[in-house]
Amino acid sequence: MRSLKALLRREPQYGMRRDPAPTRWGYRYQRLMLTPAFRIGMRFGLPVLLVALIGGVWFGQADNRAAFAAQIDRLKATVQQRPEFMVGTVEIEGAEPALAAAIQSFLPKTMPISSFDLDLPEIRGRIRELTAVADATVRVQPGGTLRIEVTQRVPVAVWRYVDGLRLVDAEGVMTGMIAARSDRADLPLIAGDGAIEKIDEALALFAAAAPVAPRVRGLVRMGERRWDLVLDRGQRILLPARGAVPALERVMAFDEAADMLARDIAAVDIRNEDRPTIRLTEQALVRLRRVSENN
Amino acid sequence: MGQLYQTQRAMRHMRKAAMQRGVIAILDVGTSKIACLVLRFDGDAPALDGVGSMAGQSNFRIIGAATTRSRGVSFGEVAAMAETERAIRTAVQAAQKMAGVRVDHVIATLSGARPRSYGLDGEVEVEGGQVTGSDIGRVLAACEMPDYGDGREVLHAQPVNFALDHRSGLADPRGQIGQRLTTDMHLLTVDATAIENLLYCIKRCDLEVAGLASSAYVSGVSSLVEDEQELGAACIDMGGGSTGISVFIRKHMIYADSVRMGGDHVTSDISMGLQVPMATAERIKTFYGGVVATGMDDREMIEIGGDTGDWEHDRRTVSRAELIGIMRPRVEEILEEVRQRLDAAGFEHLPSQQIVLTGGGSQIPGLDGLATRILGQQVRLGRPLRVQGLPQAATGPAFAGSVGLCLFAAHPQDEWWDFEVPAERHSARSFKRAFKWFKDNW
Repeated sequence: MRSLKALLRREPQYGMRRDPAPTRWGYRYQRLMLTPAFRIGMRFGLPVLLVALIGGVWFGQADNRAAFAAQIDRLKATVQQRPEFMVGTVEIEGAEPALAAAIQSFLPKTMPISSFDLDLPEIRGRIRELTAVADATVRVQPGGTLRIEVTQRVPVAVWRYVDGLRLVDAEGVMTGMIAARSDRADLPLIAGDGAIEKIDEALALFAAAAPVAPRVRGLVRMGERRWDLVLDRGQRILLPARGAVPALERVMAFDEAADMLARDIAAVDIRNEDRPTIRLTEQALVRLRRVSENN
Repeated sequence: MGQLYQTQRAMRHMRKAAMQRGVIAILDVGTSKIACLVLRFDGDAPALDGVGSMAGQSNFRIIGAATTRSRGVSFGEVAAMAETERAIRTAVQAAQKMAGVRVDHVIATLSGARPRSYGLDGEVEVEGGQVTGSDIGRVLAACEMPDYGDGREVLHAQPVNFALDHRSGLADPRGQIGQRLTTDMHLLTVDATAIENLLYCIKRCDLEVAGLASSAYVSGVSSLVEDEQELGAACIDMGGGSTGISVFIRKHMIYADSVRMGGDHVTSDISMGLQVPMATAERIKTFYGGVVATGMDDREMIEIGGDTGDWEHDRRTVSRAELIGIMRPRVEEILEEVRQRLDAAGFEHLPSQQIVLTGGGSQIPGLDGLATRILGQQVRLGRPLRVQGLPQAATGPAFAGSVGLCLFAAHPQDEWWDFEVPAERHSARSFKRAFKWFKDNW
């Protein structure tokens, strides 16, 4: 009789080691997986392709695209609307009230506004376009303040033109208008076509006319060519087109030497430097003739 | 013949392509095991004076090695295609897995297929006084091809000697000046069907064949040391289904043959003699086998076991002397057959008659003593050369063929198809001769 132990104890099968052959497809699969290009493709190419495919299909639908854009906008808004970024007050510096009011009109109406929505370069550009403004800086300061620093144009003369009295700065740019001459009596008056193109020369002439400053009424540009200095009592000093300032200085020297301008003369014509001419008033001419007849 | 030349040239190109890629597999299809080694070539080894380290074999290392039990192979030839294909697949897959790279090119060897050696000689007039590569191609083409019969293919066609006028023993006559160039060529033919079957199996595994070699030849390359190859020696590769014989002199193989008997026949003798299955017989042979019985062996009893359920049958024992009594006649028969083949080849005329036993069968204890009686005094057991990266398990004599194939892959012997055969055929040559006659006589 055979013992049961023999059934339980398996004899090892010598020489018949398990040595299974791979199937043809298994073998090919292994070779494929050992191909470097294929491995790289599986590792990187396939995931990228899958993600691109899923993304493409999802974005292919208009609803999804819109929802995605809306979500992005919401996220952007939540960040931009944070109190740290909000601008509540405006400080305008260096502008007179009328100009400040004009600047205010360029700023957004609803004031607590995110600094992301403020287009500072555009605001600055529009402020600079104002004639009364020479330069401006616009910046958002910590604490939610929009600070606008304006450098105003400084008027140096009043220009009488067909439509009224205009203020002109040293560059000849009009900065504003006034109703009456007396509003800016401190500024000299110029007039005539083409006066503002030669504003620097006009200012030099006013400086040269300082000895008779209380009597100066203004400068008139004649024929867009030369200046006439107008004094009170209708006196005129006709200046040449070239070398107007030396000519005026010469007239001032005459005046100082002979107290010329205080006399009863209508005009001093120094357009020809070699031959300064004086025109007497009508009355003076009659007096002079009568005196000479008596003698 | 032309077709074979083209096929072998194509294999050489394939080998070059594989070397450029740096990875090549070698496949030793034997009767008892199929071995696959994956070689990586690291470019040329640093140039040294003379022979470099590792006998110049250091430019490659083995990165994958696998063996599998052979199926469907008998006498070193493919007997069952599908089984062999599966076995090759197993080996290649395991080797690839170990190497971590994919191999596309494989150099294969086969041990059976009835090799037959021919010694050829060719003679040609040197053109232009100086021997060039094309002269060598012409002299090799001028060798008179023996009628080796239908259904046979040339496996090796190696020029073993060149002679220029009266100077013989030239290894490389190129650039030398002379008139008449003669060559001796060793031609090895095998059964075409065996090769075709093997190539088909390899092709079914999606592999490209980059070379074919005779197992006897590559075993000799790996097991014979340099002076043995130089002075003359025979390598006996005792495999499972066949025993390969190769004779070397002056570093060239001059004769190869195979005896269609091997270790498997010893196993089947034991199986029949002891009434045990082949697997048990193989185990008993490897554990207790021998060829020289002593008094001690009478008392050493071996349990041969069994799985029938019959207690008497399953508890059989046999003395080691009986086992040796079964094994010895068969081993003697193999060695006698080898002796006959060597005698027929004229081995006794060689200056040195060293005989090296290698292959799995050479591990039988006491074989060297038995071989000395039959083959002559100068017998030693050979192990293959050590190559870089070879696993310890694959360094035994059973892997002589595999290791030799690695060396063959790294440094193949020049063969006939390595030289350009001149495009001109006989007609062109006769035309040239007529032209020469005109020039001489007018």
